[in-house]
Amino acid sequence: MINALGNPQHVLLLGGTSDIALAIARRYAGLAPGLRVTLAARPGERRDAAVTELTAAGCVVEAVDFDAVDTAAHRAIVESIEDDIDIAVVAFGLLGDPEQAWTDVDAARELAEVNYVGAVTAGVALGARIRTQGHGVIVALSSVAGERPRRSNFVYGSTKAGMDAFYTGLGEALRELGGHVLVVRPGFVHSKMTTGLEAAPLATTPEGVAEAVVEAVRDGKEQIWVPGTMRVVMSGLRHLPRTVFRRLPI
Amino acid sequence: MTRTTLTGWGGTSPTVSQVEQPRHLDDLRSAIAQAGSRGVITRGLGRSYGDPAQNAGGTVLDLTGWNGILDVDTRARSVRVQAGISLDRLLRAMLPLGLWLPVVPGTRQVTVGGAIAADVHGKNHHVDGSFGHHLLSIELLVPSGDVLTLSPSGDDPELFWATVGGMGLTGIVLEATIQLKRVQTSYFLVDTERTPDLGTLLDRLVTGDAAYDYSVAWFDTSTTGSSLGRSVITRGNSARLDDLDPDLRSRALEFAAPQRGRVPVRPPISMVNRVSAKAFNALWYAKAPRHRTGEVQDITQFFHPLDVVGDWNRLYGPRGFCQYQFVVPDAEVAAFTEAVERIAASGHVSSLNVLKRFGEASPAPLSFPVPGWTLAVDLPVRPGLGALLDHLDALVVEAGGRVYLAKDSRTTPTTLRQMYPRLDEFLAVRHRVDPHGVLRSDLSRRLDL
Repeated sequence: MINALGNPQHVLLLGGTSDIALAIARRYAGLAPGLRVTLAARPGERRDAAVTELTAAGCVVEAVDFDAVDTAAHRAIVESIEDDIDIAVVAFGLLGDPEQAWTDVDAARELAEVNYVGAVTAGVALGARIRTQGHGVIVALSSVAGERPRRSNFVYGSTKAGMDAFYTGLGEALRELGGHVLVVRPGFVHSKMTTGLEAAPLATTPEGVAEAVVEAVRDGKEQIWVPGTMRVVMSGLRHLPRTVFRRLPI
Repeated sequence: MTRTTLTGWGGTSPTVSQVEQPRHLDDLRSAIAQAGSRGVITRGLGRSYGDPAQNAGGTVLDLTGWNGILDVDTRARSVRVQAGISLDRLLRAMLPLGLWLPVVPGTRQVTVGGAIAADVHGKNHHVDGSFGHHLLSIELLVPSGDVLTLSPSGDDPELFWATVGGMGLTGIVLEATIQLKRVQTSYFLVDTERTPDLGTLLDRLVTGDAAYDYSVAWFDTSTTGSSLGRSVITRGNSARLDDLDPDLRSRALEFAAPQRGRVPVRPPISMVNRVSAKAFNALWYAKAPRHRTGEVQDITQFFHPLDVVGDWNRLYGPRGFCQYQFVVPDAEVAAFTEAVERIAASGHVSSLNVLKRFGEASPAPLSFPVPGWTLAVDLPVRPGLGALLDHLDALVVEAGGRVYLAKDSRTTPTTLRQMYPRLDEFLAVRHRVDPHGVLRSDLSRRLDL
């Protein structure tokens, strides 16, 4: 259960080796001693390292095999988790190579399957759990890239736009059933996903996102931008005429 | 049957349950028989601060319709009631007969079933103990479908005492027979005094409580230094007919408990913040007389000043608040003082700060009161509150004390086990009568009960 101070007893990380997901789990571990974490990710060294790290942080960790591409298996995996899922973090996603993504069918399909189809299949399964549980929070890691896709990475942006819309709607559907969905729209995050890329303005860190997420869950918010100033920036960008928008160096 | 979002009185941790209003015993039996994996729990008037009367994804049985008075025996001073009756309604019915409930908690808006489940205490705990001490018998529907008559001296005293303070997890209390007190009036003779600091307060309570049936102190949580713990002590006894002015004597057993207003809506932000709480604390202290004896007060003035304003919990806004009530043994006054200092220094300011001494404990393994010092504070939820309360938990455990389950909304299974050394006794009885864990609540999930 989530207690009166907003602290969970059990957190599920879907895409459990994501830097942001792990930062969120670490932050909750600091607030809720003995936190149970289910780490759903592909088996391997990265997952092992994540288990070790969270265990060292005082969590009781269980690893579950989860492949974002294997969307047919998502429902069964979520159903197999016995404990109440207090907070589920949907953190899997691919950035891909933006030029390959719109010229290569296979690359585009992989992005679409992981970032959108996988997010939807996992989201439907989580929604079913919340209907049964009568409570629960889903934290969906979207992106500002989904708010107004730009030329430079519009395939990625389009998957996040779809994912963002799905979770926003899921939040509406689950509201009456005790569920709560927080859609998180970070800007550029320094993480392994963006290693080697040039940081955009207003860049943040996994820890920065985690801090904002924990606060927003406690306050019952439904969407946040990280950093918060991104909200204003995106609001401006969203309303720019297309002819102006395409000239921006972004 | 509807899906309803429920919270406790503190307004935190909302979850959704199927709420049913069963009318007959068969309805209760079928609710238990048809309970899915999320189980069932009963709910009365929802005055528990945390999550014991909500059941995420499961069924909540609203028993407030079970509010009949079944039998009164004025000679034996006993009353048999259905469990959903409120103490308010019961007191109103008993007073004209010169009868009075032996234990009345800080609000009358609780049901008899809830009073048993939380084993509530009042300002007279040091004399009369808790609610469970005054039960002659109860009728309990257990998950097997049987209705058992239980009493302290009956066939199954373990189940009786596990039900007292058992937070509704041993069965559904259907009826209770309560031993009442006889009173001549509905008024109290009250002595009020102010103390300048915590040391004086504790000293006055140790030396003075024996002279009073009812005793309580309010203190200021917002001052530190030499005026840390400045307080107002209110103590009294039930007034006899001779104590009243002649004009009051003719209506000595009238129930005087006005309600002067309600908080109509929940404001978007908490009205209780550091500034308003500090101001309230200063005002409350200043308005109390330095020393006044023998004042005649009515039930609401003396017992339930908060009942004057309905739905006052809404003032805390959408995030709600935590009430933290703990007790530490008599000898652990240093831990008690440290807790008070810690709260005062924390920047989290409470307005409702009630302090008193408990008397003898009840035989119930989960009953809260044990001999010692108890303090209740109401703290709005805001960042940093978790760290403060976790620290207080550690202090309380170290001192051999515990927190009150009717108030708790955030402690952990591990901490609870350290606070209640007889928890295994309770769990053994619970597993005996409810082996499949049909009786479930958010509290039972959170605390692994």
